[in-house]
Amino acid sequence: MSAVMITRKVRKWEKLPGKNTFCCDGRVMMARQKGVFYLTLFLIIGTCSLFFAFECPYLAVNLSPAIPVFAALLFLFVMAMLLRTSFSDPGVLPRALPEEATFIEMEIEAANGNVPAGQRPPPRIRNVQINNQIVKLKYCYTCKIFRPPRASHCSICDNCVDRFDHHCPWVGNCVGKRNYRYFYLFTLSLSLLTIYIFTFDIVHVVMRSVDSGFLNTLKETPGTVLEVLVCFFTLWSVVGLTGFHTYLISLNQTTNEDIKGSWSGKNRVQNPYSHKNIIKNCCEVLCGPAYPSVLDRRGLMQEDSPASETSPPSSSSMNSVPQTTKTTAPLIPNEHTPDDVKPSIADSAEKTPSPKEEESPAPKLPPLASPETDAETSIIKDKAH
Amino acid sequence: PLKNTNICFHNLQELRHSASLATKVFIQRDYSEGTVCRFQTKFPSELDSRIERTLFEETVKTLNSYYAEAEMIGGQSYLEGCLACATAYIIFLCMETRYEKVLKKISGYIQEQNEKIYAPRGLLLTDPIERGMRVVSFFHGRLFTAQNLGCKCDEKSSRCF
Repeated sequence: MSAVMITRKVRKWEKLPGKNTFCCDGRVMMARQKGVFYLTLFLIIGTCSLFFAFECPYLAVNLSPAIPVFAALLFLFVMAMLLRTSFSDPGVLPRALPEEATFIEMEIEAANGNVPAGQRPPPRIRNVQINNQIVKLKYCYTCKIFRPPRASHCSICDNCVDRFDHHCPWVGNCVGKRNYRYFYLFTLSLSLLTIYIFTFDIVHVVMRSVDSGFLNTLKETPGTVLEVLVCFFTLWSVVGLTGFHTYLISLNQTTNEDIKGSWSGKNRVQNPYSHKNIIKNCCEVLCGPAYPSVLDRRGLMQEDSPASETSPPSSSSMNSVPQTTKTTAPLIPNEHTPDDVKPSIADSAEKTPSPKEEESPAPKLPPLASPETDAETSIIKDKAH
Repeated sequence: PLKNTNICFHNLQELRHSASLATKVFIQRDYSEGTVCRFQTKFPSELDSRIERTLFEETVKTLNSYYAEAEMIGGQSYLEGCLACATAYIIFLCMETRYEKVLKKISGYIQEQNEKIYAPRGLLLTDPIERGMRVVSFFHGRLFTAQNLGCKCDEKSSRCF
């Protein structure tokens, strides 16, 4: 009896390592924890709905119909930017395939020479000269690559991300090279929307109170109180965040570099990526080319081994987890952490918090790979002394 | 002159998966000018007997110039950026960005280089985008004749020559 080969088109996103969730057959890419993202959506949509329901009818008639129209446009822009930031690939660097990883290991061993038994091997660092400054490229034990300059490993998503800024739980994704401008435009437009709604809430309350009295106004439009509360608290955080990122953009720095103090301090290297000109820096970050994703999420996997002829029927191929990779079903977060993910704790020293919390990255337990040889962990330990 | 060797480019794709047949040489990124995409033009010793230095350098330099063109921050990128921003980037769902257009040119160039220069020397050049733009890799293995490969091109894929 011959084996029947049932082939199903397996797309590459199903086999991608890392803790991302994918939706719409690989078109949408997000982090695993999406709770805070849903909260963001709820707050924005909820507050704007209240605004359109309670304030806009009055303001359109008594002031100008342009007010709700502009609010609607602004709201749509905010949503578009939020969804683009959340759903796009931040600039994830694919992990090295076995041949490339072996090639790099051989290069490292050749560079290190013979290490006497019992001694720790020297840290895996490659020095590179950029614009006449020496920049150290670190080796990522999880992805088995030397990280390009400005890339960092996000332990929440378990990926190396190019030009890593931070992992934003509000947006449910990392912010990196590909989606930084959308993230910035999101915070900027959200600030404008918040200020707009706040201002017109006040205007509406004042105008209506002149006619009917303050308490009656609040009874007629109870949504106003909620909106003002939400806007008030949002204003401080989002406007502050926008200001902070405007400052970073003008210096061509990332949040990650700012938190670690990579370019500040007397003995440190000066930022080699800055053009020393605010306008040039802004133009590069905001008006630069739209980088393509190097993760071919929707490409088809190649069938390359004859053993695939006896593969199980297609219905179970979604559930069958290969030893080294984790498949993720759409929109269902995977709660299990397979054992092969534990060595990635080595890079949790690189974990950067969201800008809301200001905690210093703490080095975690040393796993199979040796974090003491990671120069960055040793710098953090120096700081702690 | 390799008159009696027919190499079907279609089957060269399958060479990649047979690690036992091919050894790989990786050309790393050159970060001396910052984070722009550039590859080192230093000639690797493993390719010494396989290909002339000038041809290799020509290929890498042309690739570098393509990437520089894609990442150039100038009038056209500003226009594209501002126009896209004005439409809340919805235009990117329909339109191809300049970078994507250049990437298509690059893959066409790599295919042409493989057919003309590298395949006759038993080498295969892979597109950097398949490796996350980290490396350009060269595969080298034995030269195959049409009988070994069991050439089975259809009309759609590239020609057998």
